[in-house]
Order: sequence, then structure tokens, then C-alpha cells
Amino acid sequence: MSIQVRHINKQFGSFTALDDVSLDFPSGQLVALLGPSGCGKTTLLRIIAGLERADSGQVLLDGDDASNTHVRERQVGFVFQHYALFRHMTVFDNVAFGIRMKPRRERPNKAQIREKVQKLLKLVQLEWLADRFPAQLSGGQRQRIALARALAVEPRVLLLDEPFGALDAKVRKELRRWLRKLHDELHITSIFVTHDQEEALEVADQVVLMNRGHIEQIGAPEEVWHRPATPFVYSFLGSVNLFHGCVAGAGVQVGNEILPHQRGEVAEGAQVVAFARPHELDIVPDATGTAEGTGLSARVTRIAAYGITTRVELDSLDEATPEQHFEVELTRERAAELGLAEGQTVRLTPSNLRVFVDEGAGI
Amino acid sequence: MMLVTAFVLAALYQGNAITQMKWRVLIVALGFAAYFALTSLSATFFAFIVFAAFIVSSGHATPFEGRAATREKGWVKWTLIITALIFFEFFVLMPLFAVFIEALRKGWGTYFEAFTLPDTRAAIGLTFLAAAIAVTLNLVFGIAAAWAIAKFEFRGKHFLTTLIDLPFSVSPVIAGLVFVLVFGAHGWFGPWLEEHDIKIVFALPGIILATVFVTFPFVARELIPLMQAQGKEEEEAAVVLGANGWKTFWYVTLPNIKWALLYGAILCNARAMGEFGAVSVVSGHIRGETNTMSLYVEILYNDYQFATAFAVASLLAVLALVTLVIKTTVEYFADRSRTQDNPES
Repeated sequence: MSIQVRHINKQFGSFTALDDVSLDFPSGQLVALLGPSGCGKTTLLRIIAGLERADSGQVLLDGDDASNTHVRERQVGFVFQHYALFRHMTVFDNVAFGIRMKPRRERPNKAQIREKVQKLLKLVQLEWLADRFPAQLSGGQRQRIALARALAVEPRVLLLDEPFGALDAKVRKELRRWLRKLHDELHITSIFVTHDQEEALEVADQVVLMNRGHIEQIGAPEEVWHRPATPFVYSFLGSVNLFHGCVAGAGVQVGNEILPHQRGEVAEGAQVVAFARPHELDIVPDATGTAEGTGLSARVTRIAAYGITTRVELDSLDEATPEQHFEVELTRERAAELGLAEGQTVRLTPSNLRVFVDEGAGI
Repeated sequence: MMLVTAFVLAALYQGNAITQMKWRVLIVALGFAAYFALTSLSATFFAFIVFAAFIVSSGHATPFEGRAATREKGWVKWTLIITALIFFEFFVLMPLFAVFIEALRKGWGTYFEAFTLPDTRAAIGLTFLAAAIAVTLNLVFGIAAAWAIAKFEFRGKHFLTTLIDLPFSVSPVIAGLVFVLVFGAHGWFGPWLEEHDIKIVFALPGIILATVFVTFPFVARELIPLMQAQGKEEEEAAVVLGANGWKTFWYVTLPNIKWALLYGAILCNARAMGEFGAVSVVSGHIRGETNTMSLYVEILYNDYQFATAFAVASLLAVLALVTLVIKTTVEYFADRSRTQDNPES
């Protein structure tokens, strides 16, 4: 089932949770709503489910306005961050709950229910836990049961609210992979909310980045990662070096120094924010007397040489930007070639720099 | 002689021969009963203090209290224990025993005779009836109020919460008076009620109204914190899964609050049966008709019928003790179900 939301607004008191949000969720895709806490992603999910009412705007399920459709008639499956399993019921009864709530004429008989629940438990690979109570399960098991329970009513869409938020890193990674596999088997339109970029990028077909009730960017994981559309997306996804400055000739003036940059469409003298990922900065030894003003002068404070790459942390030496820190990621070969030592003075030049006109927003 | 025995018992007990709690309790009870039969009341109390002090001081040494390094000095411990026990004896135990002793002063025959009087039976019947109706009504009101306060956001929620506590802060006599002013012969609805031949004040409805008012907070107060702590996610999950309001309540909410509900009902019942002030104002004290047990005891006492008065009072005391036992049992099971819910905590 496809989902469209149209011009959704939602206020909580004086706090704007959603500000004129419009989105299309195509049928059969797994979409991630990604953003920092308080960006409105959970509220949007709850509005789609019908658990929350939008102040204005529409939710279209399969093209039909669902504003007046009751939650229980929307046929959505909802998975809560804290599982929300019925604590006094066994796993079996939890999963069977939705089926048993159906009107009498639609309700399958006992044997059919049993068969269906067994099938779902098998799907989440927990058939051996049928007689346990939720309190006797681990977090990961509880969330899988919650998923089986949501799937039991054969929902047209699956909504997951931070489904792995309460789990530890290892289980989270496992379940992530498992969710993707499950989605590939079932092809049910799914939306999941997360603040974990890795989770969103790894699992989803489409990522919707949200900030302060707005949508910042929509795109496939590699697209939002490689071509961030806004300063917010740039700084939210992955680690990044951020420079405030203004466009000056063949570069960006940051403090007293110039960061070389291929001039784009940004006007001369405009206030800008510039981004470079750690691997997009190169370190040039300073002692060799590089031309004055190329790159930023910095001092190496720490070198972390474990793993495939070497990460170097540096402090700015420019008096105009004393608080600025840099993070640079080098290949092991390049690091060996440079022979860096902590305390050494170097210059930084970007191999790639992304420049946005500074509107003072989101950073 | 009795002191010596108490020490012997205590020493025997301390000698680790008996470690389980139920045996401790049994021994205390046995020793207590023996002295009760053999000696005078005051001596019994004294023996009990000594004996209980030993039990308390040696019982349940948790690792923290058990270590000398974390323990207070001996005399501090003993002073505190004995002070607490003396208070307990004089303010709880002695009055309780006094009721039974006075009730049985003229023998078992007189005691049971008290319960054959028609007025006594009427009073007992009325008390149970009023309590049963009041508890039922307050279960419904309490659940409704707690459900609204714990699971929904609305204007005036704090006001409603405060209002629920009103019966706790208002004197019961005033509560009764309010009903007389509203429904009495000279009250607001008095003339209308008289016209339609409906009796509220000085009749069963008035007694029930007063009891309901006084016991209103018990169920709601018990449920609100629990329901707030449980949140509304389970209910939301149920609704998303297609359950309607009633089914959500019946299959999801109610099982989660059943112990608190039962506990609230027990407290409510205890208060309902013992209520005096409010009921006294609205009942009219018509013997055999509008006298509850508490009111009846007062009337008997004022008539110098001490044996009967104490007999009825002893029944009230027994009911209170039974309530306590039920309450403790419920607490035990509620506790167990809670640890089942969160084995890690």
C-alpha cells in the first residue's frame, strides 16, 4: 500500500513538531525517517498510524483520505520502541491478540489461529518461546515478538518506531540485517523511525532526513551520503569538518587563512559554511614552506593509527579561529609517507569542499 | 517466672534451632497465648515486650545490619526496639485485646446472645449491604477516574485529581451534613423528593451516599500512580491491533491493574464498614433500620449494654483483622506478579 502525507502540521503547545510536511511513501519500500530527537519523526509516524491527530493536513492510504478512519480500521502494524507487549499474556497470546480481536465472522477458528501464530513465530525464529511471558525474554526477542504480533493482522503497512533503540549494539546490528531480510521476503510497505544514521543507511531503500519539523532531504542511502543537499544533512550524516567563512577569490576565507576551493555559483564575499569529510582533507607538511595562505595551519594533537585508516586530530593555529578542531582520515600509506608526530605543525588542504551559503540555519 | 520463661524461649530461639519465619511467628503466638491464659493482662504485655524484643533484635539480619561495623551500639538498638514495642502495645494491641476481653467478660453465652438480637442482625446486614454497594460503585468510579487521569490529557485534569482527594480532607461529619442539606426535608431537593415519596436521608440511600463519598478516593488513589507508571503503550498496541475500547480495557488494562484494584477495594471496604461520622449524620439512628454496626455500638454503649456493645465491636474488630489478612495476601501476590514482570529489578 502506498502512503502519502499532505501538508501535515502539528503543534504541541508552542512547540512545532511538524511544519507543513508532505511525503510520498511508495508501495513495497522500506523507508527510514532519520533525524535527531525532537525532529518530529515519531510524531509523523504516529499520525500515519492514527495514534496522533494532525492539526491540519491529510494522510492518504492507497489514495484514500484516512483522516476519519479509526486506528483499528487502518490496518497498520505498529512496533513500539519499548515493545509494548502485553505483559500478562504469553508470547502465543500476544501474537494471537490481533486475530482474536477480529469481528466474529472474520475470526478464524482456534486451530487456524494456532497454525497462524506458529507460522509467525517461525518467521521470527522464536517458535520455542510460545509459552513464555514477555518478562522472560531478552530485548531482542521481545522486539521480534512485537513484530510478529504486528504482522499477525496482515497489515497493509508496517510502522516501526525506533524499533532497535532500546537494544545493545550487537543485537541491534543483528536485528537490522534480519529486518531487511524479512522485508525482502514480505515486501510490505514499511516506515521506520530512527536517530541512528548507520541503521537508516544500511537498512532502508529510501532515507527521509528530518530536522525541526521539516524534511531536509529524501533519497537513496548512497545519494544522501554522497550528495547531502543541506548543511544539516552534511553535519548529521557521518563526521565532518565544518568551516565558517566567506568566499574570497579562489577559495574560502576562514579566519585569516584561505581554504582553496573551485569557485561555484556562490557570489564573491558571501558568508558561507563549508564542509569536508575527514577523508577529504589532506595534510601537507608545513616546514617545506608551502605558499603563504594555501590551506589552514594546524597542529597535530593526536594520531589514532589502528584500523585500515589513520585518523589524525588537529587544533587550528589561526588566531582568528582558536576553537576550531579538525579530523583527518588518511590511508596508512599516506600517513607513513608523512611521518606525522604529535605536536607537529602542518597545513590542511581539502580535496573536496562543499560550500553552502550561510543562512544561520540548522548548524 | 514468666520472665524466665520468656528468656528461655528467646534463648532457645536464638540458638538457631528454629530459623524459619513462620516458626518464629508460631512460637510468639503460642507463648503469648499461654501467658494470656495463665497470667494477668499487664504481665502478658510485659512478657510480650521482652520476648518480641528478642525476636526483632535477632530476626532477619540482613548483610548490612548483620555486620558489627555497620551496626549501632547495643543500647541504642534496645532503646529503639523497646520504645517502638511499648507504643505498639499500648496503642494497637491493648485496645484490640480490651475489646475481646470486655466482650467475653460475661461468658460466651452472653457473647453469642448479642448476635441473636434482631437489631444486631439488622445492623450487621445493613453494614454489609452499604459496604458492598459503596465498594461496587467506587470500583466503577475509581476505574473511570483513574483511567481518565492516567491515560488522557485534558483541561482541568489537576482539578479533578484534587477533587478526588476532597473526601480525605473534609471532615466526615460535614460530608454527611452536605447530604442532609441537599436531600433532607428542608434541603434543596427535599420537597420534590417528598412529593415523589422518595426517601434518601434517614434511609439506606443516604447511608450509601455518605459511605460512597467518604470512601471515594481509595480505589482511584490506588490506581492512578500504577496506571501512570504503566503508560498507555499497551493500550495503543491493542487499538492498533483492532481491539475496541471495551476489549482493550477488559483484555489489556484490567489484567495489568487487577492487584491494585483489589487492594483499593479492600481498603475501601474496610473504611466503608467502619465509617461512623458521615453515616451518623444521615442515618437518623432508627434501630433495626438505619443503624450500621458502628452506630449500633455507640447506642448500646450509651444504653449501658456493655457486653452487647463490645460483642458487636469485636465483630467489627474481627472484620478488620480479616481485612488485614486479605490485604497482606493480596500484597504478597501483587509483589510476586511484579517481580515476575521485571525479573531484573
